[in-house]
Amino acid sequence: MQKYDALIVGGGHNGLVTACYLQRSGLKVAVLEKNGWVGGAATSRELTPGFLYSNCSYVCSLFRPEIMRDLELPKHGLQVIAYEGGAVFTRDGDYLASYRDHDSHRREFARYSKRDAEAYERYARDVTRQCRFIQPLLMRTAPDPFSFRPRDISELLYLAKKFGEFSPHEMAETLRFWTMSISDYLDEYFETDVIKAYLALSGIIGTALGPMSPGTAYVLLHHYMGEVDGSVGAWGYARGGMGAVTQALARSFEAAGGVIRTDAEVSKILARGGRTTGVVLANGDEVRADLVVSSADVKRTFLKLVDEDALPGDFVHRVKHFKMRGSSGKVNIALDSLPEFPALPEGSSCMRGDMHFTDSIERMERAYDDWKDGRWSTDPFLDMVIPTTLDPTMASPGKHFMSCFVQYCPPKVEGRDWTDADRDAFAETVISQIASYSPGFRERIVHMEVRTPREIENEVGLTEGNIFQGELTFDQLLFNRPVPGYAQYRSPIHGLYMCGSSTHPGGGVMGAPGRNAAAEILRDLKRTPEQMSKAHDVI
Amino acid sequence: MNAMTKSAAELRRAARDHIRLPRLETPFHDRLMALSEVNDWYNWAGYKAPHSLFDGELEYFAIRSTAALFDISPMVKYRITGADAERYLNRLTLRDVRKLGVNRVHYTAWCDDHGHVLDDGTLFRLGEQEFRLCCQERHLPWLLDSAFGFSVDIREETEEIAGLALQGPTSHAVLRDAGFVGTEKLKPFDIATFPHEDGTVTISRTGFTGDLGYELFVPRAKALSLWDRLWNAGQEHAIRAIGFGALDQARIETGFIVANADFVTAEGALRADRVRMPDEIGLEWLVDPDKPNFNGRRAILDARRNQTLKHILVGLEIEGNIPAEHALVYHRQKHEAGLVTAAIWSPTAKRNIAIASLERPYGSKFTDDLWVEIYAMRELKYQKMMKRAKIVPRPFVKLARRTATPPGLK
Ligand SMILES: Cc1cc2nc3c(=O)[nH]c(=O)nc-3n(C[C@H](O)[C@H](O)[C@H](O)COP(=O)(O)OP(=O)(O)OC[C@H]3O[C@@H](n4cnc5c(N)ncnc54)[C@H](O)[C@@H]3O)c2cc1C
Repeated sequence: MQKYDALIVGGGHNGLVTACYLQRSGLKVAVLEKNGWVGGAATSRELTPGFLYSNCSYVCSLFRPEIMRDLELPKHGLQVIAYEGGAVFTRDGDYLASYRDHDSHRREFARYSKRDAEAYERYARDVTRQCRFIQPLLMRTAPDPFSFRPRDISELLYLAKKFGEFSPHEMAETLRFWTMSISDYLDEYFETDVIKAYLALSGIIGTALGPMSPGTAYVLLHHYMGEVDGSVGAWGYARGGMGAVTQALARSFEAAGGVIRTDAEVSKILARGGRTTGVVLANGDEVRADLVVSSADVKRTFLKLVDEDALPGDFVHRVKHFKMRGSSGKVNIALDSLPEFPALPEGSSCMRGDMHFTDSIERMERAYDDWKDGRWSTDPFLDMVIPTTLDPTMASPGKHFMSCFVQYCPPKVEGRDWTDADRDAFAETVISQIASYSPGFRERIVHMEVRTPREIENEVGLTEGNIFQGELTFDQLLFNRPVPGYAQYRSPIHGLYMCGSSTHPGGGVMGAPGRNAAAEILRDLKRTPEQMSKAHDVI
Repeated sequence: MNAMTKSAAELRRAARDHIRLPRLETPFHDRLMALSEVNDWYNWAGYKAPHSLFDGELEYFAIRSTAALFDISPMVKYRITGADAERYLNRLTLRDVRKLGVNRVHYTAWCDDHGHVLDDGTLFRLGEQEFRLCCQERHLPWLLDSAFGFSVDIREETEEIAGLALQGPTSHAVLRDAGFVGTEKLKPFDIATFPHEDGTVTISRTGFTGDLGYELFVPRAKALSLWDRLWNAGQEHAIRAIGFGALDQARIETGFIVANADFVTAEGALRADRVRMPDEIGLEWLVDPDKPNFNGRRAILDARRNQTLKHILVGLEIEGNIPAEHALVYHRQKHEAGLVTAAIWSPTAKRNIAIASLERPYGSKFTDDLWVEIYAMRELKYQKMMKRAKIVPRPFVKLARRTATPPGLK
């Protein structure tokens, strides 16, 4: 029987981040991953010869630069390349583009409304202000208001102070922002449907809420955050697909002496007398450690891997009611040539950014209505990118990988399990939408991978296929994520920690949960974290 | 649909010039391009604009000694018309618009509800019910929202209208020889229209240089013929085309401020403490408490009464001749008191001048014993200096020819 200082359940990016920091701080760490590869929802896989897919996540915006530097990820092969704007196609044959150049962006909006063109600056300022408030909280453990430890009190004071720097007016704005619907929020700035749809769409991705549901304005922030980073290339494609992030983490970890075991599904986390002693693998092997850190989501960890009677009833109740609703699917497509979009001028930079086809908020809300009825949207909204327009490593010259993130897609179809026929019908809504804007599109398709919440849950282990390991609604953020009283990466079982996206500050390929968890673990071990630089200032 | 009128969608599809030309070219671009010897361009509000055309220093002397032609087309312009235009603008801006006669211009500013300055600019009264507002930043949503309950029409016309500033001691001679009869009668801030081709040109005696000077506005299509008319007449008066570098020197000498250079506009500020009230950027003289209610009035008057104003803008004269651009200002060489926002060695005043934003009570109560810390990069080494600074009134350069009517010819 092997014995380690710490075991990480799951080799997603957060698990690997925690593993790296712990290993570098002198612990002997092993990562146990159920799949034959690491990466979780940040992987690149070659499912058809000559094409690499970013199977799940496809853009890198939130990944914290402090982590990239601490763990020497550039040295281990990670390169994030900035991408250009994008476009929404409108049903009248035109489009609304977005450009990196400020004034081109304004002039593009002015094609639809001069007022909206000038309102964009105000909007960007207000959203940026909110981001500036939130961003420093990402890399801090959320305070526990239930505890009276000096550190929690000082963290609460920090929060209060951050708030205190606000004028009463701004404070009111912030509270409004956190609780409003993205649709209402955008109405306060803009008058043009397509402009609102464009800005809302990138906001509510991954959430089982419609643009008219309260709380969606905050989700927008979660996606916008990368942009205030200030470092060049904050928004972009990982060269080689999102797997490049986790591959670099894996190399960094192994270079520091860490052990990765793939095809090593954990079937049970052992707990005796309120403390963990290790795990049992699906093949029956037992692996011992005093520390177990789970990167799997909170439901999987505590409802599937830990005996219920080892946990307080209230905790279990809370975990059961943690909202993890699958809302999205993904279609990955290999193309033998670059698709044409006649609406776009030749050589348009939009092809190198994200493209959408949903030109009104109302259409988005209708798509959500289908989800509420337990069906995939008949008129879904897509976030479509072609990373191979900028990344030469994912397909051979002239060939392209296209990633379509699709919303909405329910975890169950009208209450029953997904069938293969359902999956194919779901894919058809996507392909026919693209084809109606891109003649000859179907003929270019070489291979396609269709992922409904069923596939996502089976492969990545994300309960219900929820991409963030739990909704990013305000009731599930900060010291309420995932469970009040357990927001600091610890669990009711001594030695068992959480480090996945179910914890503060939440989902996305950000790495902050993994890093914050490592900091807490090392604090409990009374070790000063090695090579964990301070979070960058937001000045 | 009539074959002559295009649908909104068609217009929208036609308006895609920004793809080909992400940087707009001004209506005078062809002339500027031909005159540009040094290809020194910068981005002014999305337009390609010259920083200098041949030699910044010589361009400055064209302003102060002969005639300088400067393209102001990128300035943001709004046309405000309608029965309530005067009342609306009076509600919007700080000065009393009722006192602004037809064919007159005044410099003004406008604030948000908290009394924080949104921008400053010039308001042209072109008719009883017709105005043009020129400014640095864009405000269409603010202007439209403020129009609630007023019968006004507000139109953004930046791209449609071409603007030129003709400044310097021979500028009037140029106008006269270009055949603009009657410009000699224009007093500072007067406006008049003159025939040009089959249309008219609006000429005002205004400018940003503190010198004798005029600003001319025409529809875009008439831009090049206007330029040529001035240029031809200007040959005997040593007219030169200039870039922003030269203009900036002249405006600092005059003590004028520039939005988002000397202060941060309220709609642009990300940081809550960066916004400014008029009294904090030297614009207290624009605030007219006796006129009917205007935006920000209560906040401004409260701040005055409660003495909660936090900043003050001052003119400084600094020892030596090294410009103190963006230098920190200290009181007694040790307490940080503020920041220099603009500074030059003034070629005309032969003094080292600066505009600075100080944190009260520095600049209000403590006006002596001020210093600036200058870091001058010389051959890859900072020469650090602590220099004495004295608060002096603006303008730093005051020229009698600016206001003389009839204007001089040289
Ligand atoms: C379709 C899709 C698209 C997305 N798009 C983006 C995007 O473009 N940009 C972005 O920033 N974010 C995106 N996200 C979200 C982001 O990918 C996730 O939030 C993030 O990758 C989660 O990382 P994690 O390390 O917390 O957990 P995971 O990646 O879920 O990692 C958990 C790991 O644990 C393993 N595991 C689970 N159970 C066990 C077990 N019993 N034993 C052993 N191993 C186990 C899993 O196999 C997995 O490798 C997307 C997610 C999805 C699903």
